[in-house]
Parts: sequence; C-alpha cells; structure tokens
Amino acid sequence: MSEPFIAVDAVSKRFDPRVSLGDQIAGALGGAVERRYVRAVDGVSLEVAPGEVLGLVGESGCGKSTLGRMIAGILPPTSGAVRVAGKPVMSPGRHPRKQTTRVQMVFQDPYASLDPRMRVGDIVAEGPLVHRLVTKADARAYVANWLTMVGLDAGAAQRYPHQFSGGQRQRIAVARALAMRPDALVCDEPVASLDVSIQAQVLNLFLRLRRELGLTMLFISHHLGVVRHVSDRVAIMYLGRIVEIGGANAIYSNPLHPYTKALLASVPQLQLEDGSDVAFAPIQGELPSPLSPPPGCHFHLRCPFAEARCRVDIPDLRPAGDGRWAACHLFEKIAKTV
Amino acid sequence: MSAPLLQVRDLATHFFMREGVAKAVDGVSFELGQGEILGLVGESGSGKSVTGYSLLGLVDPPGRIVAGSIKLNGQELVGLPQAELRRMRGRRMAMVFQDPMTTLNPVLTVATQIKYAIGAHESVSAKAGRARAIDVLTRVGIPDAAARLDDYPHQFSGGMRQRVAIAIALLNRPDMIVADEPTTALDVSIQAQILAEMKSLVRDLGTALIWISHDLAAVSALAGRIMVMYAGRIVEYGPTAAVLRAPRHPYTRGLLDSLPMRAEPGQELAQIPGAPPSLAALPPGCPFHPRCPSADAICQTAPATTASGGRGWRCHHPLLDGAA
Repeated sequence: MSEPFIAVDAVSKRFDPRVSLGDQIAGALGGAVERRYVRAVDGVSLEVAPGEVLGLVGESGCGKSTLGRMIAGILPPTSGAVRVAGKPVMSPGRHPRKQTTRVQMVFQDPYASLDPRMRVGDIVAEGPLVHRLVTKADARAYVANWLTMVGLDAGAAQRYPHQFSGGQRQRIAVARALAMRPDALVCDEPVASLDVSIQAQVLNLFLRLRRELGLTMLFISHHLGVVRHVSDRVAIMYLGRIVEIGGANAIYSNPLHPYTKALLASVPQLQLEDGSDVAFAPIQGELPSPLSPPPGCHFHLRCPFAEARCRVDIPDLRPAGDGRWAACHLFEKIAKTV
Repeated sequence: MSAPLLQVRDLATHFFMREGVAKAVDGVSFELGQGEILGLVGESGSGKSVTGYSLLGLVDPPGRIVAGSIKLNGQELVGLPQAELRRMRGRRMAMVFQDPMTTLNPVLTVATQIKYAIGAHESVSAKAGRARAIDVLTRVGIPDAAARLDDYPHQFSGGMRQRVAIAIALLNRPDMIVADEPTTALDVSIQAQILAEMKSLVRDLGTALIWISHDLAAVSALAGRIMVMYAGRIVEYGPTAAVLRAPRHPYTRGLLDSLPMRAEPGQELAQIPGAPPSLAALPPGCPFHPRCPSADAICQTAPATTASGGRGWRCHHPLLDGAA
C-alpha cells in the first residue's frame, strides 16, 4: 500500500466529567471520590490512502464524530496521534493547535455551521484570506470560482445564509471547506439533515468533487445506504472502538462482526412484493452507557454468539483476508456456522 | 367492506401569515379502515405533519382548517368545540410525535404522566391505574416496567422514551393513532425494534395507524397502503408495494430514484432538480411541474385525481408501468 494520506495511530479521547466542589474538597481531604470518564474513542488506528473515501458508520454515541474531529485537527486526542501527509495534524504541547490546512471539515447542520450575520462571500473568503491563499484584490473572483464549483451562482456571494435552502447552505459549507484548498475533507453527517431529493443532489456533488479534485475523504454517517454509495472502504464503530473495517462491497455483502451483521439487518429494505410481511430482526437491547461500558467485547451483552471469553477479553482487530479486519474472537467460527 | 373508520374529504388547512397564505394542506381526501396501517410520505414542507395535526384538531393559529370534512366513525370532527375534541383525543384517537423529549413532561415521573392520561377519561383507583401503566409499558417492550414507572423521562434512553410516548398513546385503546416521524430521531437498531413492536401492537389491539414519514423503506415495511404528498396535495396513493414497484406520478418515481440503496455504488444518483416550492407561493397548475421531467403546457392547469383499481394519481402525464 502506498503511503497513507491520513494515518491515525492508537488515538483515544477521554472526556472528564466536571468534578463538583464537594468532591474536590473530599478528594483533597483524602476521601475516595469516584471519577467516571467517557472514553468516546478508545485506541483507534486506521489509515486512509490518498484519493480514497473511507466511510465511518455507527450509532449515536459511538464516537464517530469525536474521531472525525480529531482527524480534522479541531479536537486534541487524549493519547495517540493523527498524521496528515506525514505530519502531525496538531502541534504538541499543553495547548495544541491545528497546524495544517490540508484537511478541512464539513458539518452536519448547515443552519448552525454558517454565521448568519456574514455574507456568503465573506464566509468563503475568510479562511483563505487569513492563510494568505489569496489576496484581497483577488478574493471576489476566487470566491466566485468555488461557489460555481459547488453548483451555486457567483451572485450568491452577496447574500446571507438565511436566503438559502438547506441543500444550498450545505453547498456553501462545502465551498468554504474547499476554498482552503485541502487535499482531504472530513464530512460529518453532511446529508443527514436534508430531504431525500436534496440529499441525492448533495451526494452527487461529493462524488463529482472527488472525481474532479481527487479529494481524500472521511465520510461519517449513521446512514448505511449513503455510506455504501460514496465509500471505497467502510469502518464500523461501536462504543469508541472500530469493530470492523474493509472494502465497502465486501462488508455489505458479507459482514463478519456480529454487530455489523445486526446493523445491516436492521435497515428497512424497500418492499416491492404484494403482501410481503416483513419480519424484522432487530438487535436486542440498547447501546450501553459509555460511562460504564461492559468489560471485554463491548458488544457481548447484545451479541447472540457471545461466549465466556467475550465477557473478559477485549478482542483486537484481526486480519480476515482481502484487506478486511474484524474485532471479534469468534468471526471465523460464526462464518462457518451461518 | 364495512364503513371506514376515518373519512377525510377535501381537507384544506391554511396558515395565514404576514407573507401570505401558506396552503399547507390543500384538498386532501382519503379513507382509513379499521386496524389498517397507512403510510403518509413526503419531504419537509409537503404538508404531511399538518395533515396529521388536522385530524386530531391540533392546528394552532395562524393555521386553521378552512374547508373539508373529517369523519371518525361517522362523527364529524371539523368544527367540533375544543372541549369535545379534548375528550376524544387520547380515548378515540392519539398522536405520537417525533421527539419524545419534548412530548413528555421532564418534571413528572412516567407514572404521574400515565395517571393523568388515564384520569383525563375515566376515574380508576390508584392501584388499578398503576397496574394498567405497568401492563402498557410492558407491552411496548420496556423491561422491568414496574421498577421504571417512578423514573423521570431523562432517565430513559431516546428509544425507551419513545416507547413511553407510544404506551401513553395506547393507554385508552384508541381507534386510531397518528404517528409523526416517530423513529426519525432514533438509531437504526432502535428504529427496527420500534417498527417491529408497532406492527404487532396495532395488529393485536386492532388500532388503525397513520405512519407519517419521509423514509420510503420504513413505510414499505410497515404500511399496507401508502399516500405520497407534495406541496399540500396527495399526488399518488395505493397499495404500498404496487405504488413503489410501478409509480404513476413522476414525483414518486423521482423520490425512489434518489435513494442511494437503489443505485450502483459510486454512480451518479438520479436527482430531482430544484427544491420543493414555498407553500405561500405555489406555482400555478401542478405544483411539481417546475421540477418534472415530463412537464409541458397542460401542466399549467391543475390535474384532477385519476382513480383506478385502488390506486390514484394526480398527473397529466402518468408513467406507464412506472417507467421514467
């Protein structure tokens, strides 16, 4: 494999709950104070090749957005490192800062991610002006170019975000990211808040941009159909860990991890047969609290195949051939029985 | 067939705003049988939620029902005083909303909220009320219901909260439940659980269900019949599988084609150009014509509904065998 463009090495993110004053005093006096942490991301390693689209799927609370933010360099990891084009994405030290413009981010909600009091032209030009990618004199033409690239007309620059629909706003957010001339985009649920017909328009935009600009992408979504459509490879996350990663076609046609299997089985399919009585096979139970994840394999409480060791040993991601990896003690055995 | 449970005729609900009149629902007619599951699909702003609110008399100013008739078991609901509607809501018809965090009262325990919902329609002893609450919570799949009864809504997960909301809707065994995007805010695995439970619950209790959603696949798995709404009108209806297999209306076709799961991965999706129109400034004639690949001069006049063999569509140029 060629040099990866994005390399994530054993990255973890722990969120510490605020400690109440009472507990602080009790702690200072030597009392036993229980502190519980949320391990939003727990030792994740992955690589994205140049020009590749990696889909990142999981349910809410699995840590996919946190991982995306660390890769985009807007959230420092608690441990581990993210490298983009061979360089650390954030500076070391107590107050880490993002030190590359080569990866940019597109957020879920285009109503919240665009400043309502700025004109679209200023929104798109702000970053490039700060980073001297363009001079003030050339900014107008520069902005027009990127607005046209995402399918808006150049006149949009004079208007405010509220004058645009959700789909158009998401295009503005994409233009803002692209104006920084990144090689990679981290897209966090970029179509989740859009209607079906508009969603198709924006997905087509991402496919075209990728073709024309050769972008590397991390595409985060809870929507399995959308991820399959845009991704070359897919990673599935569950409670802070990657449970399976591999080629999109392989994973969707033959999932190895019991969680992937169950997740795919949960997606309603379009029923085209008369009187078809759909038997849902939902996953039992709920996502455990990330404050107190179960020991061993995080999925064992909901897993129909779980054995004694699953309750104790944390399964590592193991190779499963064809560039696939799965974090399950039993995937070979399950593959044989089903 | 016996008389339908619900008969809606030429329903129109408009919102009177400074910018003009938004015709959120404009001439909607349909019927719902006893114990039937009907899917109502459309994009945001199509009027599907307002249709649901209208059925339960929950439209607030500046909106109001300006025309049409809604009959539940033969009784006219349009024009009924609010007090009368209040008596019917909960007992004969109920609603489940998208966001269970905003429908449940955060400062009351689930037990208290259920007690109020029962007490609104009949007086039962505290003990009998509690037993009924436990029964209905168990039915919707809440484990250890007796212990959870005295919890507050924030102590439940999103999926469990929606189950509580569904339990409250079922409490008085209504004839009809209107569910407005009840699984949209939930994760896929929890959505699948709720779809499965909803389906068996309404079957067991004989409750009719109107399932409002933008998700064609979820509706196809649940509803026997489907209605597709666009710009305040029902543009197509019929048995779900038949409509989705061979849609007559170009809008239904367009919605189906824009689903990523129906396309070859990585290939361009067939997209509907443009965006849904503003309900306050609808284009003349068929409101879909500015986005429609088959539109011509005649589409400047509003098409009537063509009905045939349990299906219907509102289009001058219906697709044959669903072809584009």
